[in-house]
Amino acid sequence: MGKWTRRGFIATGIVVGGALVVGVAIRPGNRNSELAPWVTDSAETLVNAWVKIDQDNSITVIAPHSEMGQGVGTSLSQLLADEMGADWDGVHFMEAPAEKEFANYALGKGFILGDVVLPSVLVGSVDGAFLKITQFLNLQITGGSTSIRSTGQYGLRVAGAAAKAVLLKAAADAWVVPVSELEARASTIHHKKSARSAPFASFAIAAAKFTPPDDPLLKTQEQFEIIGASKPRFDIPEKVDGSARFGLDAQIPEMKTACIKASPVFGGRVQSVDKSAALSMPGVSNVVNLGDAVAVVAEGYWQAKQALVQVKVLWDEAENGAVSQDSIFSGFARMLDSADLKYDVDEGDAQAALAGAVREIVAEYRVPYLAHACMEPMNATVWIHDGIAELWTGTQNPLGFRADLASALEMQDSQVLVHNAYMGGGFGRRSNSDCAVQAGKIAKATGLPIKLIWSREEDIRQDHYRQAIVSQFKAGFDGDGQPVSWLNRYVDKHEPVEAPHIPYEIQNKRIQYADSSTHIPFGPWRSVDHSAHGFFTESFIDELAHAAGKDPFQYRMDLLGTSPRHKDVLEMAALKAGWGTSLPDGQGLGIALQASFGSIVAEAVEVEVFDGKVVVKKVVCAVDAGFAVNPDGLKAQMESGIIYGLTAALYGEINIENGRVLESNFHDYQMVRMGEAPIIETYIINSGAAFGGAGEPGTPAIAPALTNAIFAATGIRIRELPVKNQDLRYPVHEPDEIT
Amino acid sequence: MITFHVNGKGVRLDVDPATPLLWVVREQLTLTGTKFGCGIAQCGACTVHLNGKPIRSCVTPVSQAAGQEITTIEGIGGGDDNLHPVQSAWIAEQVPQCGYCQSGQIMSAVALLTDKPNPSDEDIDLAMRGNICRCGTYPRIRKAIHVAAKQTKASFFDASDEEGG
Repeated sequence: MGKWTRRGFIATGIVVGGALVVGVAIRPGNRNSELAPWVTDSAETLVNAWVKIDQDNSITVIAPHSEMGQGVGTSLSQLLADEMGADWDGVHFMEAPAEKEFANYALGKGFILGDVVLPSVLVGSVDGAFLKITQFLNLQITGGSTSIRSTGQYGLRVAGAAAKAVLLKAAADAWVVPVSELEARASTIHHKKSARSAPFASFAIAAAKFTPPDDPLLKTQEQFEIIGASKPRFDIPEKVDGSARFGLDAQIPEMKTACIKASPVFGGRVQSVDKSAALSMPGVSNVVNLGDAVAVVAEGYWQAKQALVQVKVLWDEAENGAVSQDSIFSGFARMLDSADLKYDVDEGDAQAALAGAVREIVAEYRVPYLAHACMEPMNATVWIHDGIAELWTGTQNPLGFRADLASALEMQDSQVLVHNAYMGGGFGRRSNSDCAVQAGKIAKATGLPIKLIWSREEDIRQDHYRQAIVSQFKAGFDGDGQPVSWLNRYVDKHEPVEAPHIPYEIQNKRIQYADSSTHIPFGPWRSVDHSAHGFFTESFIDELAHAAGKDPFQYRMDLLGTSPRHKDVLEMAALKAGWGTSLPDGQGLGIALQASFGSIVAEAVEVEVFDGKVVVKKVVCAVDAGFAVNPDGLKAQMESGIIYGLTAALYGEINIENGRVLESNFHDYQMVRMGEAPIIETYIINSGAAFGGAGEPGTPAIAPALTNAIFAATGIRIRELPVKNQDLRYPVHEPDEIT
Repeated sequence: MITFHVNGKGVRLDVDPATPLLWVVREQLTLTGTKFGCGIAQCGACTVHLNGKPIRSCVTPVSQAAGQEITTIEGIGGGDDNLHPVQSAWIAEQVPQCGYCQSGQIMSAVALLTDKPNPSDEDIDLAMRGNICRCGTYPRIRKAIHVAAKQTKASFFDASDEEGG
């Protein structure tokens, strides 16, 4: 599966500096001689830190991103292979091990610099600074839809081009011809004039002696051959025959299985525990009190789970045991009324413009807490032995997990080895190390290799949740129904900062927020704040259009004056969805637009509402991700983001009562299933802008497109999710006559 | 002691008869392609076949398997590439994303096609209703089942089965 072997993994543990250097060099100079002994075996030559060329001319792409279903290994490899002139059939992918030298500094650069073009003379020094920052932050994170945008753009493309440059240089030396006469194609170097050609591998040793260029020439989009092609994903064959290894599938000799119950009230502590009944059950070896959780260790999961029920725990819930959904939302209301709100945006004078407006439109929206509900419940396997701790799990953040586990076990980072596995869903959840840390503590307390498996109930009730948010709007119209003022205030703010911003040109805007901490743990949930603000802003703009008596698609278009990419995407979705055609009673078409993580997405939803029930018939999606690296992969991510967001919009709610989560499993935390999944059509626009993300941008627009469609169908405006809680029965108009 | 067949091989186990078949398959037999998702027959990740019929192994006591034939994802392959036509269709349509639920999805789809070689969309909705996919691969699963149905007519299933569809 292309993971590092344990031998290789340990060997890389003492690499000093620069695993990500080539192409965007951290410091001037050739790091290859230092790296080569550690990340290659005797049959291989390291050309640079991101790519290996084997003696059989196969090429291994090394990148620090984890596979959770988004196809990242394949699309990152495409970026490198195309720039390198590689033969795609001989390209493999390997996830970089959790070592600080592989800290994802390309990601930090992408985040912090945006798409600033640096003069090449500055590249070395700037990157040096960013390496420090990102190593300090332990950034090796797959999240924020950054893999292609940062690592791909700043790391792998450059690495591929740099590798090609040194290979060409070596070939030019060997054949005594100018580099300009050489061509790299299909992992072979060709010299047309002398009709010579030889595989990359034959120049690998010579090429490794050259210093790779800091700023190699990259291909233009017109020159792409592998980038932009729908290459089949590397990881799919092993995901259809049961051989793919997820965290849950780790097998360690003498391993025991643990089940756990953490304090149902977040922040609660174990007051007392009666272990006796559990300890007398078959197969049970230990009951461990972790202070905020109790675990049972047994031969297998079933025995541990049965015994856990028999452990009698008295919890100290502190003051959080009285918190309810209602008290949380009352707290939000109080916060929003307070005087010291913080500012997101303050352009013009929105308050004065509202006062002078011909008409005022007001609305308040709410979204509930949401759990991630990854198909693979949280789990982690830890084995402490010989002065080290080994962790097997699927994680979006291997370095962060390593640091957290080391800290919990009072070890050095270098004593912890992370074996990352395929993730059975991530969606942001697997960036949090809570389960791995618990497994480490149980392993330490018992002296046993431990596989900790959370029950689904624990998974739903001990998540780090998409936060519940309230957002209030006021807008003022001029005499033509055009908005002259946009006021928005909400609780509370996470990331990305721009999530509540709107692309619409309104002269006076004020967007403010209040901090409103609760005891409910926060976690990034697919598209993070965009998942809420997309619903708020795209619902309210729809309300404005209807209040102005205008077509909601055209109303948006008119306000998108200087945003051609937004307009193209919106227009594509409307066109392909048949916007403007009249639909029978009870059916409706809704549209929404949200830019997130560097990509712009519009979705049009066709619904039918009958007898209070919603049927989502079809979703048309238009996406501009700059340039689609793998078009079929991008479509798959749009489909995935849409269904994930649709599940949340229709059904998703985590309710808090007595400080704890009420929902527990798929019977009461409902999912969209096969029969409810709409037809999804995705249309890709390659605008040529910088690469955008794919994993998250499909999610934000689906909820507002859905509720806007329900409004079109029924005249019922939904301002609070999920849809299932709304009464959608509406007066049915009998046809005047039946012909 | 419980005796049954898994993927054509006889197994004899000393195990608490109340243990769900899922954990016996995963832990005792180390066939880890079958997944744990919910433990209450709500998600289908644990789907295996009992005498060719799909069951949720997380709620099926191993005692019910005694003397029976169990098939898991590891046991459905065939043909030259050791793949069932459903698995081939899954690759052709690039169905899996995270892949965790797909063993269960494939086991449900194989059972559906055995029962109904030419399933309608309604048949698919019904047969696949018990299998959740959080990556939302449903549209591709639907397409892959139709593709597999076309491919399997001649090769994998008895021609006589088709009349039932």
